[in-house]
Amino acid sequence: MRDRLIFAGQLGFTLLVAAFLVVPVVLSISAGVTVNYFRGIQSGVTLQWVVQVWNLYAGEIGLSFLIAFATLAVTLVVGVPAAYGLHVKGGRLSRVIEEIITLPLAIPGLAIALALLLTYGGFGGFRQSWLFILTGHVIFTMPFMVRSVMAVFASVDIKTLDEGAASLGASPWTRFCNVIVPNAMPGILAGSLMVVTLSLGEFNLTWMLHTPLTKTLPVGLADSYASMRLEVASAYTLIFFIMIVPLLVAMQMVAEKGEKK
Amino acid sequence: MSHRNFIWICLLPLVVVTAAFFLLPMAQLLAVGAGGSRGVSAYLAIITEPRYRATLINTVVLAAATTVATLVIATIAGLFLQRHRFPGRAVLIAMLTFPLAFPGVVVGFLIILLAGRQGLIGAITAAVTGEKVVFAYSIFGLFLGYLYFSIPRVILTVMAAVQKLDIGLEEAARSLGASPWAVQRDVVLPALGPAFVASGAIAFATAMGAFGTAFTLATNIDVLPMLIYTEFTLAANFAISAALSIGLGVIAWAILALARSMSGGAVAAAG
Repeated sequence: MRDRLIFAGQLGFTLLVAAFLVVPVVLSISAGVTVNYFRGIQSGVTLQWVVQVWNLYAGEIGLSFLIAFATLAVTLVVGVPAAYGLHVKGGRLSRVIEEIITLPLAIPGLAIALALLLTYGGFGGFRQSWLFILTGHVIFTMPFMVRSVMAVFASVDIKTLDEGAASLGASPWTRFCNVIVPNAMPGILAGSLMVVTLSLGEFNLTWMLHTPLTKTLPVGLADSYASMRLEVASAYTLIFFIMIVPLLVAMQMVAEKGEKK
Repeated sequence: MSHRNFIWICLLPLVVVTAAFFLLPMAQLLAVGAGGSRGVSAYLAIITEPRYRATLINTVVLAAATTVATLVIATIAGLFLQRHRFPGRAVLIAMLTFPLAFPGVVVGFLIILLAGRQGLIGAITAAVTGEKVVFAYSIFGLFLGYLYFSIPRVILTVMAAVQKLDIGLEEAARSLGASPWAVQRDVVLPALGPAFVASGAIAFATAMGAFGTAFTLATNIDVLPMLIYTEFTLAANFAISAALSIGLGVIAWAILALARSMSGGAVAAAG
């Protein structure tokens, strides 16, 4: 009897916590498709707000995808070889480099953005272009890619495979393409999903780095929260959810697949 | 090309990118912070200037309250979810963890929907008591936002830690006559210590530096990131905002480094 009471109490508490997390999301989704949120769902269901958001903010949404995939490209080209280099080289220098590239996880985005502004803000052409936001996103997401790939190297004994291929006469470049990258695939995949998800949702840095001509999706969100009616803001949030949830599900699936191995 | 050279070529792009777009800007930030009318003492202003000090204390108290509340909530829920199997458990876990990737701005908006002027809590309280309760735009709204942000992360960490616990220890304690509460207090909670330190540090550092949620709820919330933002954009006070953000960065980094040395695991804040 007592055990059942404790169980019921804990279940009730956990359900309450889940409600705290889920109810606002449901409110947001329903507000985004309601004709008039103040009058409630009886006023009718509509997609007019979603269409309006698309007309107003398609540019922001497009730029976010451009930046997310550009960030992914840079973190792949720079991060994957670096993860290999750091793992094979080892030693103190590698640890120092790893520490330094991980710092942007601890330092608030606001500080990094200020640093970038104070250093490169004077370079007009660069400052005005989306590449300026890209640099911030690359610095912020790089540790996720590097560490995700290094985690795989730590578990598959890449050194032995690498040396085996070398003893058969494969050049470093051939080994990197045919041995290292295929073995690192699970880490590359997990890191890529993380990088794209983080870049699409990044606000702290981006708000400081954006210009009126380089607004991203989250910058537009903040914009709509401040100046649009609740239905439009909700519809915009709904579009964001639709984009981000498949990425989250994919991330979960990759993680589960990794656990089973 | 030798193997050694190839390794260096692999590392070179990362070193160049990090030096140009992280180390150099950070050095510049440090220099700007010391280059204002106050000189190097700008770095002490966060403590010596009463207005900044009050904001710092405000931020620390808010972050600490968030951390404690999140740890308590996530431990109760995480222990329960990991120790019981029942229909709907997977759905419940999914509901508790999917807000993981929501940016701070979105969390701020969700809090407005919950406790803002057109919010659910306001509507319910207006219907029940006749008085509309609205607190989204206050420090309590921000607290709720940070709670929303931290709970999924900490629940995941607690659940992973509970899974690794040796259930034999609890059975031994029970067979020696310990009450269920004593088992939790003397066996389970101490064993979860490292997980608490690690996830608590992340929650604390994130709450210290988070900007998006405060920005959305905005108006008059007095926390360090908002202060830095207004000093930089409205007052154009570059030296002070640089010095304050260095201070904020050092605090967040120190908390995480301390937690890492205590728990031995990898600890990092989340945006």
